[in-house]
Amino acid sequence: MVATSHDVMPDIELYQPADEATALDLASRLGNEGWLLAGGQDTYGWLKDRNKNPSAMIELTQIDAWKGITETTDGIEIGAVTTLTEISKDPLIQSRYGLLAKAAGVVASPQIRNVGTLGGNLIQDTRCWYYRRGLDCYRAGGNICYADSPEGLNREHALFGASRCVAVSPSDTAPALVALDATMVVSSSNGQREIPARDFFVGPDRDILNMTVLNDGEILTSVKIPNAWENAEFYFEKVADRNVWDFALVNVAAAFRVSGGIISDARIVCGAVECLPRRLEDVEAAIRGQSRSESTANSVAEMATQGARPLNYNHFKVPLMQNLVKRAIRG
Amino acid sequence: MAYMHIGKDFTPPDVPGKVTGRIKYAEDYTREGMVYARLLTSPIPHARVLDIDASEALAMDGVFGILTADDVYPDGEPQSTGLKILTNEPTLVGEPILALAAVDEKTAETAIAAISVTFERLPFVTDPLDSLQPDGADAYNGGNTFVFRQGFAQEKWTADQVASFRAGNEPTAEPQQTVAYGDLEAAFSASSYVYEGTFTNAGYPHMSMEPRSAMAYWEDGKLYLYGGSQSLTAFADGIAGIIGVPKEDLVFINEATGGGFGQRARAGSVPVYAVPAKLSQKINRPVMMRTTREEEFTIGGARQGLTGWIKVGFKPDGVMAACDLWIVSDNGGKGGGADAYSAADCISVLYQADAVRFRGTAIGTNTAHRGAQRGPGQNQIAPIISPILDVAADELGVSRFDIRKINTPMTGDVGGPQRTPFTSAYMPEALDMASAQFGWEERQSRRRQTNGSKVIGLGIGQGYHNAGRSGMDGIVMMGADGRLKVHNGVGNLGTYSYAAVSLAAAEVLKMPWDRVDIITGRTDLHLPITSPQDGSNSIFTNTRTFYGAAQDMLAKMKEIAANELGGAVEDYDISNERVHQIADETIGMSFGEVAAIGIELGGKYTGEAELPEELAEWTQIAANRLAGTGFMGIFHDPRHEGNPPGFTVTCCEIELDKETGKFEILDMISIAEAGTIMHPKGMDNQLVGGAVWGIGLSALERHLYDPQNGIPASTGYWQSKVPTYLDCPLKIDTGWVDLPDPENPVGARGIGEPSQGSVSAALTAAITDALDGHIFGASPITTDMILNHIAGTSEESVPLAQNNFRG
Repeated sequence: MVATSHDVMPDIELYQPADEATALDLASRLGNEGWLLAGGQDTYGWLKDRNKNPSAMIELTQIDAWKGITETTDGIEIGAVTTLTEISKDPLIQSRYGLLAKAAGVVASPQIRNVGTLGGNLIQDTRCWYYRRGLDCYRAGGNICYADSPEGLNREHALFGASRCVAVSPSDTAPALVALDATMVVSSSNGQREIPARDFFVGPDRDILNMTVLNDGEILTSVKIPNAWENAEFYFEKVADRNVWDFALVNVAAAFRVSGGIISDARIVCGAVECLPRRLEDVEAAIRGQSRSESTANSVAEMATQGARPLNYNHFKVPLMQNLVKRAIRG
Repeated sequence: MAYMHIGKDFTPPDVPGKVTGRIKYAEDYTREGMVYARLLTSPIPHARVLDIDASEALAMDGVFGILTADDVYPDGEPQSTGLKILTNEPTLVGEPILALAAVDEKTAETAIAAISVTFERLPFVTDPLDSLQPDGADAYNGGNTFVFRQGFAQEKWTADQVASFRAGNEPTAEPQQTVAYGDLEAAFSASSYVYEGTFTNAGYPHMSMEPRSAMAYWEDGKLYLYGGSQSLTAFADGIAGIIGVPKEDLVFINEATGGGFGQRARAGSVPVYAVPAKLSQKINRPVMMRTTREEEFTIGGARQGLTGWIKVGFKPDGVMAACDLWIVSDNGGKGGGADAYSAADCISVLYQADAVRFRGTAIGTNTAHRGAQRGPGQNQIAPIISPILDVAADELGVSRFDIRKINTPMTGDVGGPQRTPFTSAYMPEALDMASAQFGWEERQSRRRQTNGSKVIGLGIGQGYHNAGRSGMDGIVMMGADGRLKVHNGVGNLGTYSYAAVSLAAAEVLKMPWDRVDIITGRTDLHLPITSPQDGSNSIFTNTRTFYGAAQDMLAKMKEIAANELGGAVEDYDISNERVHQIADETIGMSFGEVAAIGIELGGKYTGEAELPEELAEWTQIAANRLAGTGFMGIFHDPRHEGNPPGFTVTCCEIELDKETGKFEILDMISIAEAGTIMHPKGMDNQLVGGAVWGIGLSALERHLYDPQNGIPASTGYWQSKVPTYLDCPLKIDTGWVDLPDPENPVGARGIGEPSQGSVSAALTAAITDALDGHIFGASPITTDMILNHIAGTSEESVPLAQNNFRG
């Protein structure tokens, strides 16, 4: 039966660990019953509507080790509990990795960015409204996709990578971090592992219940950005219905190394078109050795959407994605 | 005319409370022993409740009881349209089935989760054209439409008729309602440009910030009910009937309201306030019921969605010769609304067409309750008709400003299918003012200029709503301290109009504002009846009553002075809170002295005799309770003649990016034509607020139901897409014509609704302009629609469907 809005928090245990070891121990012990809580922007709706029913929340915001921006020998490391406002306004990120500063600065609204964290923005669940409504769809463990149907309301859903589920990645910072060749640092009571950003996100063909490779008991604790793309030419643009609050209809994050007017290397990643950030490697390859210009942009625009399979109401994403890729390339 | 108060800014008495946060909304009140109610609402769009098993819930600690439809309708539920308090026959997801009271909300929710409701699922429908199909589902038990005085009925078209309409053709079915004037055929024959096409308006949810929460308790046989509303006495009058409590035994407390755009004006739109009242009566405890944002969407109401066909003819000189309008209205799950007729009325009023025909059919769907939401039909048709005028102007070689000036209503004209004369109409002046202040002519050189992927669009639009009623009552009181007490039942919905209309009484008696007390906020302060505060009527309606009541007090003052000091009544005037002889101002007495004498004299001076015979029952109760307590001025307003219109004109310039489908509003101005302006800041607020709504109506706001399972997809501010600050221009310029209306004693009319319509019309026109005259025939026009048009992409959507993701 379809859940209706309850708008009241249920009984739930709240743990507020002050150190890493305690948090990791709690995460390990509670497993999928332990809900990781940072800024809360992807938490309270689920819990108040009772469409997710964990028995406990593990609040991570008191762990200083997972906050802040640190310069390293090979770039920077950002604690996963660092707020989006801090990231968007950090001088180091603004000067060297402006792509991430721009992406973090257009997430949702100022109020949400003030409490929302980088980790939360990266591992947030999809915003497919059927799924969020608590329907028994594939992603919720059922055996149907309401969006991918003749009558489905799927304006905001996927062009690529559909596999039973057609939900998309809602994150603005994820495409930027994939473009920057970032690495995700994942901790658990068993130790730590580092995962390239592009391998961190998964589509429904691999795991229809989760959008990242995080296992129960694991916590995304920081993000490392190498200096490979430091001070590159960047482009980020997000198109959403409204200029505040909304998730992207399509966004694009791009980084270019340009020498003598010629693109020597590039990363172009689009969000909100697939369940994971979609890196356009064919386009990247095609523009290497070309000028960063209108003609180059026009020559590869259609390539950007090759393989797209629009649903009933999201055909517009095809020209929008092509246009954003063109805008990124021509600068 | 030089006024002491009218047309000047002032500080309404509730402003400090709102600035400091001290003012109380319904949820801010508490009462010793108060418990909390939560609603169990229908998860199914159309069903019948077969059984409710609440035994487990009622056995829980902290649970005090439940209230069901059987409790509130012991003789059976009313078999009519309209929201019910609770129901066993839900016709939309979210309709309240029962309420449960517990020691706190969490306990209540946990207990509700333990209640087992057995439903019989019934066929449902989310699109009126689907329901019109021969085998289409009916939204209601007994049909898909409601016929006045006959009850529910079934309306079906042939499959070919539905298909033909969806294909863009004029409907061939028999309409439920036809209204016409003029020779339509001859008018189209005289036309040199004829536009014909179909259109859709999405539903448009109410979404006030304060949800419809309420608290209630009973004491000494009286019901004390705390809730938010747009009206005070008019609402209380209605909710007393719904709850079934005598008017004299209800105390309705409503100090402030967090937004009301029509759905909180009348009690019939908020019957859920009866839940805490009846639950409190049942369990003998004060009950607070806080509703959720989703409940505010599902039972909070929305404008009807319209699916229509329009044909408009223009003569070679740009005169609108004829308009033929056929509309199928989406009446939602509870029926309600006459938006389609008002759309035709609006076209007739604003463009003075020689011949107009309206045909309409209203069909229920299992979607949100429909009803008021800032403009019944006028605002939905505004974004549809404005681009048509522009294309006609271009085709005929008439300027887009001139085509509006050629067709403008003016004083002496009539409007609407009933051919009602205007009380006055200064639309030509409003058009000229908007054009001059915006620099419309000068900006024409920028029209469709491009800058990279961006293109400039210019738009002009007009808004209209009838803006005044009459027949209400007014009471003013004064004690020996000489302070004027305006007994004000208008209601504080946030526009400050309740305070602005009190200026009329202060003006008559030439009272300094700091010597005026507005008595309002709770009905046990004995307040007269007013018209519900909706439909732009407050300023016109209530200035008439307060002006009249103050005039009655003034006449009584002069009588007393003449009796005490000699001479005739005509020999006296007032100034500086004194009644004095005109010939010798030293011969007179203070207002306080006059009031003291009046109180001593009693009788008509204190409301103990000679009350107006036509007073409403509610006012009679108030007057009887006030009788003898002070010096009274009281007035029953006779009916006025004609249609007092509220008009607005908006001009805007946008820059539309053809690569993203997004646009930025570079500049916008809205001009009001609302008679004499009572309160400039209030007028400015109305115009700017209406502009934000117009932007939402034209470009953003959605009202969506999933056709597969009938669940709402746009229940909150995120999914319904109300405009944010950054979707609106940084500054919206405003202005007003400020010419008096002869049917109002201070010349004033209202303006609430039109300020949205003209912005919606102008913005849609600007989008059309930027896209070389492409008419979408829809509101809203969203990013995806613009991109699809530019790319030449065709969606696989159902034509003319309500509730698709494009709205």
